[in-house]
Amino acid sequence: MLHIVVKSPFERNALESCLRLAEPGSPILLIEDGVYGALDNTNVAPAVKSAMADHPMYALDADLKARGVADRVIDGIEVVDYEGFVDLVVDKGPSNTWL
Amino acid sequence: MNIGILVNEGPFTHQASDSAYMFAKAAIAKGHAVPRVFFYYDGVNNGNKLSEPQSDDRDLVKLWGRLADEHGVDLVVCVAAGLRRGIKDDVLAEGFRISGLGQLIEAGMGCDRLVTFGD
Amino acid sequence: MAEFEFETEGVVKKFMFLNRKAPYGTIYALEVLETVLISAAFDQEVALAFVDDGVYQIMKGCDTAATSGMKNFSKTYRALEGYDVEQLFVEKESMEARGLTEDDFIVDVQVVPASEMVALIAAQDVVISG
Repeated sequence: MLHIVVKSPFERNALESCLRLAEPGSPILLIEDGVYGALDNTNVAPAVKSAMADHPMYALDADLKARGVADRVIDGIEVVDYEGFVDLVVDKGPSNTWL
Repeated sequence: MNIGILVNEGPFTHQASDSAYMFAKAAIAKGHAVPRVFFYYDGVNNGNKLSEPQSDDRDLVKLWGRLADEHGVDLVVCVAAGLRRGIKDDVLAEGFRISGLGQLIEAGMGCDRLVTFGD
Repeated sequence: MAEFEFETEGVVKKFMFLNRKAPYGTIYALEVLETVLISAAFDQEVALAFVDDGVYQIMKGCDTAATSGMKNFSKTYRALEGYDVEQLFVEKESMEARGLTEDDFIVDVQVVPASEMVALIAAQDVVISG
């Protein structure tokens, strides 16, 4: 199952709950304000880095760029475009969106 | 693959409809089908033809309508959610139709994937 | 307008409505409940999960009388059984974090730890999250 997180970890618990309830091994895609969870040197970055041992992590390029943070992404998070988003939906089974 | 889409928010206040539109376009460009987009909650406002964005901004109502026209995407506005918010046939934009929540469940049953965009 | 006809004959999928939002402050809980009731007519395997503030949706004793007149839909959860929607799960961690126990809920639920909720979510064909 693909987990899509759309809210900032500084505003909502969407990412936190996703990390608690996503099956180990399942990929997590950060889009919209969710991309703030992909950034390094934040106080949520350590939790995200440790979750990366269990979950392949992706972040949407267009939303990183729109927010001026594309150069701050944690090493190892794969940046994808909308076509990559489609591939994840197709390849990884049903999806759940964390709002 | 058949990919259904659920849009839970209207245009402008939230990015959900923008994301859903870009996702739908990319899916179609990659050769997948998006047979139906279901608009629920404030998402019904995506079908309001009275919407007039400023000229230097995107017009999601029209963008969805064009996508429907070019690729046969079935744009369904929920009747119950729409009535609450004043989205009826008289204000319905081109390319959209109004129907029941059963159309969402059918999309979940009939599509290989159902992707939610919301807030 | 391109009305699409799906082939749904004989299709039975596992649908989960994953509720993470509190009631009344926003309309999500009410409108998702309307979807749940409709889904029952399609003979799918329907489950409801209450996680995070979603656990507040099923509080006993909700009374909207002193509001603007917001519809009190709390009793609808008790009607779900009549629609054969009987799989209601509450995540234990979310419940306990809010100082609640099973006795606080208006309807019978299965309280499951996060580890079980993980497996439940992972087993679904369609997850509709609010």
